[in-house]
Amino acid sequence: MSNLKTISLTVNGEKVVRQVEPRLLLADFLRNELNLTGTHIGCEHGICGACTLLVNGDSVRSCLTLAIQVDGAEVTTVEAHGKPDSMSVVQEKFQQCHGLQCGFCTPGMLATAEDLLNKYPLVTEEDIREGLSGNICRCTGYQNIVDAVAAARDEVRSQ
Amino acid sequence: MPESNSSQYVGSRVKRREDPRLLTGRGRYVDDIKVAGMLHIAFRRSDYSHARILSIDTSAAKASPGVVEVFTAKDIEGEFNPVLAQSRMRDYQPTIMQILAADKVRFVGEAVVAVVAESRYLAEDAAALVEIEYDELPLVTDPEQALINSSAKLHEQMDSNVLLQREFNRGDVDEAFYGASVYIKERFRFTRKTSLAMENRTYLAEYNSAEQALTLHTTSQVPGIIRDILVDALDIPGSHLRVVAPDVGGGFGGKTSLYPEEVLAPILAKKLERPVKWTGDRIEDLISTSQGFDEIIDAEIAVDREGRILGLRADVIGDVGAYSIYPWTAGIEPVQVVSFLPGPYKIENYHGRVRGVATSKPPTGPYRGVGRPVSTFVMERLVDMAARELQMDPREIRQRNLVQPHEFPYKAASGIVWDQSGFTQGLNGACEAIGYDGLRRTQAQARAQGRMVGIGIASFAELTGIGSRLSASPGMPINTGTETASISVDSTGGITARFGVTSYGQGLETSLAQVVADELNVEISQIRILQGDSAAVSHSTGSYASRGAVLGAGAAILACRALDQKLKAVAAILLSSSAEDILIRDGVFSGPGSDEKLTFKDLAKAYYSQMGLIPAPIRNEIGELSATQMYDPEWGTTSSATHIALVEIDPDTFKVKVDKYVVAEDCGQMLNPMIVDGQVHGGVAQGIGAALYEEMIYDEQGQNLTASLVDYVVPSATEIPRMDVVHLDLEKPKTLGGVRGMGEGGTIGAPAAIANAVADALAPLGQQVTTLPVTPQRIFELVQAAKANQ
Repeated sequence: MSNLKTISLTVNGEKVVRQVEPRLLLADFLRNELNLTGTHIGCEHGICGACTLLVNGDSVRSCLTLAIQVDGAEVTTVEAHGKPDSMSVVQEKFQQCHGLQCGFCTPGMLATAEDLLNKYPLVTEEDIREGLSGNICRCTGYQNIVDAVAAARDEVRSQ
Repeated sequence: MPESNSSQYVGSRVKRREDPRLLTGRGRYVDDIKVAGMLHIAFRRSDYSHARILSIDTSAAKASPGVVEVFTAKDIEGEFNPVLAQSRMRDYQPTIMQILAADKVRFVGEAVVAVVAESRYLAEDAAALVEIEYDELPLVTDPEQALINSSAKLHEQMDSNVLLQREFNRGDVDEAFYGASVYIKERFRFTRKTSLAMENRTYLAEYNSAEQALTLHTTSQVPGIIRDILVDALDIPGSHLRVVAPDVGGGFGGKTSLYPEEVLAPILAKKLERPVKWTGDRIEDLISTSQGFDEIIDAEIAVDREGRILGLRADVIGDVGAYSIYPWTAGIEPVQVVSFLPGPYKIENYHGRVRGVATSKPPTGPYRGVGRPVSTFVMERLVDMAARELQMDPREIRQRNLVQPHEFPYKAASGIVWDQSGFTQGLNGACEAIGYDGLRRTQAQARAQGRMVGIGIASFAELTGIGSRLSASPGMPINTGTETASISVDSTGGITARFGVTSYGQGLETSLAQVVADELNVEISQIRILQGDSAAVSHSTGSYASRGAVLGAGAAILACRALDQKLKAVAAILLSSSAEDILIRDGVFSGPGSDEKLTFKDLAKAYYSQMGLIPAPIRNEIGELSATQMYDPEWGTTSSATHIALVEIDPDTFKVKVDKYVVAEDCGQMLNPMIVDGQVHGGVAQGIGAALYEEMIYDEQGQNLTASLVDYVVPSATEIPRMDVVHLDLEKPKTLGGVRGMGEGGTIGAPAAIANAVADALAPLGQQVTTLPVTPQRIFELVQAAKANQ
């Protein structure tokens, strides 16, 4: 393709420079070009929230974002939240509270949770449910996800 | 047998071992797998619901950048043997699966042309360039029309659009109705839904021409079934065909059937001698994955003055879509509506008839609960309507009709036999947990203030973990009654347990490791579980019909027992004791004949690697330190529950808010209570979706009006209430390990409980809930109708 554009961004703390087609979705860029397959694609029309990740600290739908739109930005995917033997607080609480089953929506839930915990007081259960309402989970019935976010809130705030 | 009954892991809230990889983005779903040289498939699908294909022009697509080849039905002719779902049901008409639509299309979304290109983007570009000319055929979208109108047939070679019919009879229904005090007759409608797993269907096929071996990675709940049918369809030996379901992102029934794309990917991989992948998108999921439910139910109930059910009648029309799905047939959903309709109640007189009618929509198949969400909705509505007529409390009428504890085993009116299960205890448990009497008083106060508040009860029973004496789908000639576990100790002492049952979110990797660890008396971390691979065991079907825990745990227990004997025979020689005296504790063998203690590693090394310690004749006799066993629960076992919901209808928007939700259930021995709770929560959420939001809408032309998640609305965190789950601690069933299946119950009970609660909220208006989902629009219409009646 002749119309490739060069983008330069930071992904999980590492500088990345790539030539991409303007139409390439951020989600596909991460999954196919950078092999960061932790970002999942559930609907490709911005409803399910599975592909949510952090761009400059804000939660963003990577299926509605073109790779060229994040030129110069800092992208954080689920792979950077923690590792299997050193999980983040939110990840640990998800395991403890059984806040995941099939795990497909989980990366998006984690990104949304991180964003919520950073920005909002999340005082009540309703606050948490409202904050998570843009992410669909078909397995858990949400209760344990809500509990996991509440537990993470309590732990983070007590530190 | 294990040394002691002090089981350490079974029954405990053991943290899931699959979580660290899934939480850190290190899971491995089919679409995460890349293979060198991999090509991508995109489909051009039918825009018409019923039309003849006049011509297909693929020239522009073939010339499109990156395109390797374009395939129509003609191009794959002779590459496979026909696939059709057989059944022993009388009057059943099978349909042949169209891998790509050949002469005509029978639903919007049916695949017609497959484009193979270097990337998914380029394949989709080219698919848009395919030109297909159609000649529209008479519409076959309305099941009632399709039933009577044999001039517009979806499959010309067939006698009619009726793919199946079946009747169930017990007693004298006419006589029973003649003597009734209360008689209710109603038409119910449970609309079409879809499983909507978060991960879309995806297939990756690789063909190794040197070895003539094929590997298919698939988002399937049933890799064993897929392997077996592909062996027949593609004429390839089972030894050379491996079907792998790695991490799978939910299924709920939608990934339990064989799909045309799943047959096509291997065909194309073989033809092109390159790996090919198809990654379905959400629209394709909504228009081509098997759909659920969709029945019209005319039902009547006769009840005496004391509230005892005298008789029940039902005539069910199932809209089964265009094809009879493999392997379950079009009977799996509608027949079970009729066979489970009498529910957990004592009903001596029953007549149920069901007809499954082909229409130009995607095929229906199993969706969580299969048939029983619908049968429970209808039966529980009828019971509530009868109670209202009698001015009897809904709890009381159920109490009077439920099979009582001393009456098990009970043969239900349709022939299903319930083994002992907590029917009445579930009702009482749920009432107690929600504070039923107090809730009724609260409701009375709210009503006095003019608020629309309702309480809904639903009691049900289901057969789970069924064995070889029954078929998972009516008349289906595939054995779904056994599962295999193969457990081995390798030469380093490593313990690997291989299973046929797969996990697509249920956490079986953890639950089954708990069972094996307890049976072998070792630390759970020592056990590796392998599943989701047709090569793991010789025969398997997979995970569906609430069977994974029952059959998987049963097979694990049998295999562990057999392995235990071998290990002890070896330990006895090494420890100069007799096998009966050998103890295994925390992975350490000891015996009275020696002070020495052996770990699994010590024993395995001594047995396999250190020559001379074990006499050759004995090693020849014992063989590998492994055991493979199949488990067949024969009939299966009864799970049961009562759900109670408290709802309130917003008087301005008519939105239903679920304020309280309680489930009291009998699932026997819980392997992992944390996982059991999660299954119930998720099932209830899907049931609430089915009751209030989800509806696959097809217009008269057969066009899907809900082919996006904006239109097909599933509940989010704000629509689902906090749930209280009560596990009844009752006599365990006779299955190995005392396990009952419980993966589907949540979805079975919730639609009925919500429907009854909304009906109860609307009762002062004299309106009934007969259609699900009961959306704000439908409630608005009911309220308007009530106003018009005043």
